[in-house]
Amino acid sequence: MEIKNKYEVIIGLEIHVELSTASKMFCQCSASYFGKEPNTNVCPVCLGLPGALPVPNKKAIEYTMMIGKALNCKINNKFHFDRKHYSYPDLPKGYQISQYDEPIAQHGWYQPVMSSKKFRITRVHLEEDTGKLIHSKNGTYIDFNRSGVPLVEIVTEADFRSADEVKTFVEELQMVVRYLGISQADMEKGSMRLEPNISVKDKTKIKEGELPPYKVELKNINSFRFAKKAIDYEVKRQIELLEEGKVPVQETRGYNEKKGITFTQRVKENADDYRYMPEPDIPYFEFDDKYLNSVFLKVPPVPQEIFTNLIKQRLNKKTAFILMKNKQTLDFFNEVMPELLKKNSEFITPQAVANLIVNEKVDIKNSKDKFISNVIKILRPIQTDKDLLTQVVKKVLTNNPNAVKDFKKGKENVVMFLVGQVMREIKGKAKPQDVIEEIRKSIKD
Amino acid sequence: MNLIGKSVTELRNLIKSKKVSKGEVWDFFVKRVEKYNKKLNAFLTIGEIKNLDNDGELAGVPVAIKDNFCTKGLRTTASSKVLDNFIPPYSATVVKKLEGAGSVILGKTNMDAWAHGSSTETSAYGSSKNPWDLSRTPGGSSGGSAVAVSAYLSPYAIGSETAGSIKQPAAWSGVIGLKPTYGRVSRYGLISMASSTDCPGPLTVSVEDAALILKVLAGKDEFDATTSQVEVKDYPKLMKEKRKFTIGISDEFLAGVDEDIKKAFFKVKSDLEKMGHRFKKVSLLSPEYSISVYTILQRAEVASNLSRFDGVRYGNTREFFGEEAKRRVMLGNYVLSYGYYDAYYKKAQKVRTLIVDDFKRAFKDVDLILTPTTPMTALKLGEWEKYPFFGEKMDVLNEPIAIAGLPAIDFPVGLDRKGLPIGLQLTGNYFKEDEVLNAAYQLEKETEFYQVIKKGFKKWR
Repeated sequence: MEIKNKYEVIIGLEIHVELSTASKMFCQCSASYFGKEPNTNVCPVCLGLPGALPVPNKKAIEYTMMIGKALNCKINNKFHFDRKHYSYPDLPKGYQISQYDEPIAQHGWYQPVMSSKKFRITRVHLEEDTGKLIHSKNGTYIDFNRSGVPLVEIVTEADFRSADEVKTFVEELQMVVRYLGISQADMEKGSMRLEPNISVKDKTKIKEGELPPYKVELKNINSFRFAKKAIDYEVKRQIELLEEGKVPVQETRGYNEKKGITFTQRVKENADDYRYMPEPDIPYFEFDDKYLNSVFLKVPPVPQEIFTNLIKQRLNKKTAFILMKNKQTLDFFNEVMPELLKKNSEFITPQAVANLIVNEKVDIKNSKDKFISNVIKILRPIQTDKDLLTQVVKKVLTNNPNAVKDFKKGKENVVMFLVGQVMREIKGKAKPQDVIEEIRKSIKD
Repeated sequence: MNLIGKSVTELRNLIKSKKVSKGEVWDFFVKRVEKYNKKLNAFLTIGEIKNLDNDGELAGVPVAIKDNFCTKGLRTTASSKVLDNFIPPYSATVVKKLEGAGSVILGKTNMDAWAHGSSTETSAYGSSKNPWDLSRTPGGSSGGSAVAVSAYLSPYAIGSETAGSIKQPAAWSGVIGLKPTYGRVSRYGLISMASSTDCPGPLTVSVEDAALILKVLAGKDEFDATTSQVEVKDYPKLMKEKRKFTIGISDEFLAGVDEDIKKAFFKVKSDLEKMGHRFKKVSLLSPEYSISVYTILQRAEVASNLSRFDGVRYGNTREFFGEEAKRRVMLGNYVLSYGYYDAYYKKAQKVRTLIVDDFKRAFKDVDLILTPTTPMTALKLGEWEKYPFFGEKMDVLNEPIAIAGLPAIDFPVGLDRKGLPIGLQLTGNYFKEDEVLNAAYQLEKETEFYQVIKKGFKKWR
């Protein structure tokens, strides 16, 4: 049996998204910590000082509900926070406030616009980010600026069968989050983090519907490009082990982007015991449908809907997808298009305008008016400069006596060569139809 | 001026009318602390006079604060060596409110380490001594605060109660202790013991003082999500309304209680009846159930709350934890472990709901419930080691109330045959501190609480 057919790649995702709320999850410190002096964006609460208590950020809860809704989840009317205990220097309380048995959202699905497959979403929950360790030659330092920043965790079912499926999904998830306006979702800056759980199933040994006895969690993936590379590498590594008759070890592996390899970070022999307990410092939440519906109203159209709209405007799929990738670009398109359509020109079609935008023929950073006038200039019908045409044709015919001779002998296709010569010379300032006519007329004369 | 025994209300009025200066008041108490603290070990750290420009309700009145409340710039240890050098960069909401009202922190009081205990004997800084008998414990965990008030080293003190830690030492030391409804007073800045029952409250020499301090402390705090929106009442005013109550008594809360305490209990019952209050029997779940429920929930929360003291910050490692804290952390982690959670923690939460419902049912028939505060009076130092789960046993009558989060006041009602104070408590329905205080105030007016508090001061002239 061929290797390709013998093995099935099985991947589930954990994706963390940092919310761009004004303040942190449980205190008044700014949620924007990037580039700040270490430990200048902290207070008793996010430092976990004795006696400090968490007060939840309502906006963050609302944002999490919005993500859940966009991912077709059931949003729970009742939920609460839990304490997840583990000991690490960047976790100042010795536990992370997270959600365990009653997350904000669960049981959803999402189908990327360029994909024919639905991926199931297990749950979407809200938690707090940790501090950061800074390793230097003098020792390890802790920066708590990031401690307590709201973090949404999205967990999928193990529905992915290739790195490409993962890439398509995650890229579009980034788009969704940015459309919601709730996160920068920047992988390079860590405001979006991807942790795939990867295993490879030997179909000759494991029955359908069953999963391999291990999984490997990948960490430190800092871009979409590396995501694909890391997964491809890991899948290859696992298949090699399976081919040797070995079972890969259940572990957490990091990705080294310089070497393009994954390496062991932590071997998990048993499942971690986080000793979850309900967070007693935060009352349980109960929201009525009226409130939930008011939050759902804030969820803008999701990519599938936007995509359908663009296709209705007769854009081709590829252009539509590129156009909508960036919300600002799409917004700009949606803003200028109605005015451009008012010009009632057969040349100014949504596809033509979209082409100009995605190929960067016209700068959208200019004002709307400037853009519109530029587009009109480019897409207007060509007016033939008759005098110039006569002059140029005369010149071209004089310079190409053999072609003229051939034409007279009845070689009709020579005319296209002559048209090409004229068009080059005249720099597009004539309609092709007029050029052909002028050539025929001149040769006859 | 001899200020011995003056209530907060009296001191405040003397200061307001300029009969005595804030500085004189401060010196008076500091001198007493200097004189008696070596014997009593009530204070761990002494404060500084400040806040002199404040003209608030408590202007110039010193306060002793239990050492598990963070005080900005003033060492806060929770009586554990783990925090031996901890100087908080912020103050608890309770501290801010008292200072806002003009009080001055006289010092930080000794307690059981992390509030784990009922005698102050788990303190890393030695036990506090009962002012009534130095060979006995004052109770705990707010033992230092109770001693400070009992020997009048401070006109009032702040304690915290998880299950009995205000009322039990108040009973054993012969002063008044008020535990408000859970969520009535902010926990922000109170080093958490068991978050779901922790509750700050005052220890005082008069009911009026307790009402006054509660009025200052109570209210929604934006820094504590578990504080309640329920409106804060004018307790000192409402306390003085002439009201008649239906008071419940429960046989379950008298089982196993010392005879002298029972005798005092029935004396007070008949006094209250003479004053026109009605009594009615209520049947409550045996407090014994609460021991298991409370122990499981509290240990779990303790293990979780102490996990922040991981040795990375605050200077001292986990080796500095005492034996009691280590025991509690181990048991707490056990009940939260995978596979055991449902059998212990979850089950305990369910029984907790039953206990809450039990009280709710009882309060349909009665306004208040009168019970002893403790099954016995103050024990000798060292005796706690003979009792496994000593604290739980001593607080058996407080645990149901704490688990339910109800308000209750302890007050002294006499001395036993050993000459030690006996305390009773009145428990009210949720946020009915006004009723609890009203009844206690009536009894105080009528009996002067049998002169116990005054007798206490006499030894410490």
